[in-house]
Amino acid sequence: MPYEYPSVTAAPQSPGVPAATDSMVHARGLRKTFGSFEAVRGIDVDVHRGEAFGFLGPNGAGKSSTMRMIAAVSPVTAGTLRVLGMDPQTDGPLIRARLGVCPQEDSLDPDLRVRENLLVYGRYFGLSRRAVRARADELLEFAQLTDKAKAKVDDLSGGMKRRLTIARALINDPEILLLDEPTTGLDPQARHSLWDKLFRLKEQGVTIVLTTHYMDEAEQLCDRLVVMDKGAIAAEGSPLELIREHSTREVAELRFGVGQHEALAARVADLADRVEVLPDRLMLYTEHGEETLAQVHGRGLRPLAVLVRRSTLEDVFLKLTGRSLVD
Amino acid sequence: MSIAGAALVDAAGRRMGVTRSTGVLLGRHLTVFSRNWTFFVTGFAEPVLYLLSIGVGVGKLIPSFDVGGHTIAYAAFVAPGMLAASAMNGAVMDATFNVFFRLKYQKLYDQILATPLTTGDVARSEITWALLRGGVYSAGFLVVMSLFGLIHSWWALLALPAALLIGFAFGAVGMALTTFMKSWQDFEYITLSTVPMFLFSATFFPASTFPTWLQWVIDVTPLYRGVVLCRELTTGQVTWGSGISLVYLIVLGCLGMVLVGKRLERLLLT
Repeated sequence: MPYEYPSVTAAPQSPGVPAATDSMVHARGLRKTFGSFEAVRGIDVDVHRGEAFGFLGPNGAGKSSTMRMIAAVSPVTAGTLRVLGMDPQTDGPLIRARLGVCPQEDSLDPDLRVRENLLVYGRYFGLSRRAVRARADELLEFAQLTDKAKAKVDDLSGGMKRRLTIARALINDPEILLLDEPTTGLDPQARHSLWDKLFRLKEQGVTIVLTTHYMDEAEQLCDRLVVMDKGAIAAEGSPLELIREHSTREVAELRFGVGQHEALAARVADLADRVEVLPDRLMLYTEHGEETLAQVHGRGLRPLAVLVRRSTLEDVFLKLTGRSLVD
Repeated sequence: MSIAGAALVDAAGRRMGVTRSTGVLLGRHLTVFSRNWTFFVTGFAEPVLYLLSIGVGVGKLIPSFDVGGHTIAYAAFVAPGMLAASAMNGAVMDATFNVFFRLKYQKLYDQILATPLTTGDVARSEITWALLRGGVYSAGFLVVMSLFGLIHSWWALLALPAALLIGFAFGAVGMALTTFMKSWQDFEYITLSTVPMFLFSATFFPASTFPTWLQWVIDVTPLYRGVVLCRELTTGQVTWGSGISLVYLIVLGCLGMVLVGKRLERLLLT
């Protein structure tokens, strides 16, 4: 039976609401430096009400630093930042009262039982005992943890912990839910179950801001996203727009014998918009994969294996942020 | 409060009061400690054991004891010292070891700071919890003192608030020092400072036995001020000097608390 996420503030907006309240996050030239290290180098971001917005990027791209500034727990080094129309510098508590934060590492309170985690956290927001009790039971239901209400946090599985962290982030009925790499470290079942929950929240009108380095997650969840690299925004748009703009419609992957790819690249270079040479294959970025493949065969080349597929966000991501490892 | 769902920072933008923001954090600790109350027993037993062995036991060898021109039993001299020391120990234990654990391992304060609560709220409530813990030990010990007939004045009723004040000063300074600690080894410094204070702050013998220069040093240590204050109250010899101790402990606690707030900001809101 589908469970309705209980919501008060996230009602559909009425026509009379001024436009200013639709800007959930507004950043211009936002910077964050730690000593001499520039984590965020002047980014412009706008998140609108009801949107699912993603920060996509490799490790160290500045995603988490940005999220911490939005969460009003990290002072802005330079630039403008407004969250719910307020300045985190001066109105931190007011902003945080209307945010739900799900940090990268589950920061549940291990001294408290599952339900107590919700009760105590709700009290931090100043909710009355009675309100928080009712809300906790609703959220346990939502997170499918009702049976575990009295369990110790340490005894929960990774997926359960993450669901509890998200349930806890919803205790104050937030207008913006901030999720830092929500499904990192979860198994496929747990990831899909979580996406399902997040999707339902979005349908209820909760604005979701998340960071991820999983392309499938970004494609599943985000209406709009920015690709961040080395503290700057490399691209911005919907997943489809990004693919259209930064990649071709299809990709033909050709595998030849080891060591031949470099030499063969020149013979197919004119058949595709772009050819990428990897140690184990050639990637031909093209509008029509099968046609390109026929042309490859027409030149007497016989790949050991071929794969024609649609371009994905991953192709965009790797093109924009490079293939070298970030440590 | 009002309708369900009303947050302390409500739509009108009112912030939650100091008392309530402190209360919700104390509520968290109460929930946790209602399950592990047993360790409270050790903190309570320690000063009682000292009182029995040294105050009563050693006291048998000391027929009478002269303090500020008044003759009292040796146990009546030692007891207020143990009272002050139990307040110190209770507060320090919580404000150092437990705070370090919550700060570095549980990341409790990171969780709390994601809510409308502030570093000031964390500082205030943690120090309050520490002083309450010291206060519980002291209250129990005061009962033991009265059972042993070691209380000689109605002023002794004020010994409990005095003990809370000692807990406040030590909790605040202890937590402030803890924010500078890097590893568990650093806690040796805490032991290194509390044990000498426990032994030499006129707890077991008057400071007048020391050379003058050392008396000056002891005069400005916080436990000494606490011991003297408690002793003046339980023996009924309240003087203007008691006021100095009072002001000293209040100032020390306030300074510590402000420092804790600043340090947490620096450590956690980066």
